[in-house]
Amino acid sequence: MTHNSSNPHPRVSLRNISKRFPGVLANDQVNLDISPGEIHALLGENGAGKSTLMKMIYGVMMPDEGRIAWDGLPVEIKEPAAARKLGIGMVFQHFSLFETLTVAENIALCLDAHEARDMTALSARIRDVSLKYSMALEPDRLVHTLSIGERQRVEIVRCLIQDIRLLILDEPTSVLTPQEVEGLFATLRQLAAEGCSILFISHKLNEVKALCHNATILRGGRVTGQCVPGNETAQGIARMMVGDDTPVTATHERTRGGEEYLKICNLSLTSRDPFGTSLKDINLGVRAGEIVGIAGVAGNGQEELLAALSGETLETHREAIRLPHGYIAHMYPGERRNEGLAFVPEERLGRGAVPDMSLEENGLLTAAGAGLVKNGWVNWRKTREFAEQIVSQFNVKCAGIHAPAKSLSGGNLQKFIMGREILQTPTLLIASHPTWGVDIGAAVAIHKELIKLRNSGAAILLVSEDLDELFEITDRICALCHGRLSPVADTASVSLQQVGSWMAGHFDVDEDVQGG
Amino acid sequence: MDIDLITNILFAMVRTGTPLLLVAMGELICEKSGVLNLGQEGMMLMGAMAGFAVAFVSGDLWFGVLAGILTGMLMSLLFGFLALNLNANQVASGLALTIFGAGLSAYLGGDFVGKPLTGMEAWVIPGLSSIPLIGKALFAQDPLVYLSFVMFGVVFFFVYHSRPGLILKAVGEAPESAVAVGLSVIRVRYLAVLFGGAMAGLGGAYLSLAYTPLWSDNMTAGRGWIALALVVFASWRVGRLLLGAYLFGAASIMHLVMQGLGVSVSSNLLATLPYLATIVVLVLLSSNQARIKLFAPMSLGKPFHKTQ
Repeated sequence: MTHNSSNPHPRVSLRNISKRFPGVLANDQVNLDISPGEIHALLGENGAGKSTLMKMIYGVMMPDEGRIAWDGLPVEIKEPAAARKLGIGMVFQHFSLFETLTVAENIALCLDAHEARDMTALSARIRDVSLKYSMALEPDRLVHTLSIGERQRVEIVRCLIQDIRLLILDEPTSVLTPQEVEGLFATLRQLAAEGCSILFISHKLNEVKALCHNATILRGGRVTGQCVPGNETAQGIARMMVGDDTPVTATHERTRGGEEYLKICNLSLTSRDPFGTSLKDINLGVRAGEIVGIAGVAGNGQEELLAALSGETLETHREAIRLPHGYIAHMYPGERRNEGLAFVPEERLGRGAVPDMSLEENGLLTAAGAGLVKNGWVNWRKTREFAEQIVSQFNVKCAGIHAPAKSLSGGNLQKFIMGREILQTPTLLIASHPTWGVDIGAAVAIHKELIKLRNSGAAILLVSEDLDELFEITDRICALCHGRLSPVADTASVSLQQVGSWMAGHFDVDEDVQGG
Repeated sequence: MDIDLITNILFAMVRTGTPLLLVAMGELICEKSGVLNLGQEGMMLMGAMAGFAVAFVSGDLWFGVLAGILTGMLMSLLFGFLALNLNANQVASGLALTIFGAGLSAYLGGDFVGKPLTGMEAWVIPGLSSIPLIGKALFAQDPLVYLSFVMFGVVFFFVYHSRPGLILKAVGEAPESAVAVGLSVIRVRYLAVLFGGAMAGLGGAYLSLAYTPLWSDNMTAGRGWIALALVVFASWRVGRLLLGAYLFGAASIMHLVMQGLGVSVSSNLLATLPYLATIVVLVLLSSNQARIKLFAPMSLGKPFHKTQ
């Protein structure tokens, strides 16, 4: 650690912090120290208690027990305003921005009234700060016209414009292209060099290794380890997060696939949502027995593409989507499922599953054609067996197959939905964010099942924001940006940087990489 | 048409549009905070009844105005408790408020039906009121019309140029984000609901004290609903609200004008004009989802549950 300070105390020091929610101890006697100028990583799986801990530092909630000291003095942080007064800023994972307001107005809302009175002066200050930390921002732009990366800059500048002494970032890189991540890290290092402490929450271990001086690992609400990330391997850190001997990585062989199964031809679609993205002339083929991945930052047309492929939208021309035995662009979702297609939408509750229905009934919803219904009668014995098979094979933690879908945690519901579709052995699976919110061990298991499905000859199309995931299991990869699709390349031969520039919309360079 | 007729039409248009403008401004602020209060009609009726009763008993019109405003606020407080504290469905709570207000005002105002009252007199501003065409409409009105002009300026400044206005919009758009940046959603929404109640009460009192100085059951005759429609018509923009209120005002007096001109159209049919206009405008507007989505407060009508 290389931080210089005359103050011998840590910037912030948590002692024996506990927080209990009904039925769960979210934080159990947590200790954490962050020095001035230190970049500290907080690691853990979903539900390990990271968010709860952050929220207590930022004053969104109060600890039940324990003490917080700031520069060595005890403090009680009762609300976000109090946290900001101390110099604590937070960049939320799901941004806390107001889309119909301008950048400057968004920032003004976080400042005291007297600081925000003169909007012209504020705009000038915003320009200064964004220039100093190389985060270009236009104060008068409306937030809903900004890209996700730009929105994150607004959140960060909103923190930096105040006298910032501790910056908390919650999964900040999950929405950025690799190049944008580099830019963010440069800014964070510059801030740390100026003496600002940074608490960096992430599950991307390679980034933590590259950026952070120290790491604290949480599991089940407890601190289970501390390390210097630079001295550890990513596998070693993952092992600490998982805690047991669940496999944390797997390598899969790549294939070239067989006959082309799905063919998307000149697919264009005008979005009806004014905040949506229109698809422009998309061409893509997926072969039987291969996994094709579509990378991209959310909001670049993924939702629209999925809607067109699944049949939720029928506004494409008839020849846009075809299977070997005919065109399907005019078919409703149910008809497409009868053709052997399966879909996993991004939105789990409401699209992927009916919140108030039991797992058993949710299983029946998409698998009705797979022998669960005969002559119009539901075979409940088979339906029950099907749901039980998903729960056991995909290790879904639930109160039983009669539990309503909404009672499951996001990751567990995701496992259930993935399981439901994979077990129907579709000939074509189209899945959005297959392991979103799923813990490391379960993600490895889902990846294995996907590979198994691929090896049995199915065509698989994955849409994901997680580049690590796409590089791990896809055979070919491309990216979606502003509704346009980049060239497609063999995953084994393409660089992370190349996919990164595709994600940013630079399609023209390196055309020769283009594979089959 | 001679110039006197047009002058008089403009004058009547502003008078008729004033209660709509007052109530719609209140509802606009309320909706900007993300709360949909469909109780305008009920709050107006209570304001009209209370205003008339207090003015009649005390003999002072201004006490009546004050009573109208306070009664409207009291009614909105009831709504606020249901919708904001108990997180009840806003549509149902608002409708209940309208039905409740209609019934209660008829019951409490029973003794005042048909009682005489000298209404508010015009303050004619010398000089300005003789400007051709618009002089009479703008400068020979009663004080509550002038108050509506002032309130328009205040609301305009508040929404577009003040920090509290910014906070209001932020809360209406993304309450969760508002909490994250340290704003008190429930407090902001309560204040907005109270303002809506005050303006509805004032609009009601205008009817029973100035526009037609009397009290009768259901005298608002659907004006609360038109004001609600006006907010959508204006796509939540303050300037358009003024335009819309006077347009609807003009539509409501059309049957009188036509009769004056000797056009033989059923006056009953003409009296439906403002309501028809409302339907047409709502259909035209809602056919364009993009517009609605860009201008409507995004959390409109959704209860806000504070977590932890």
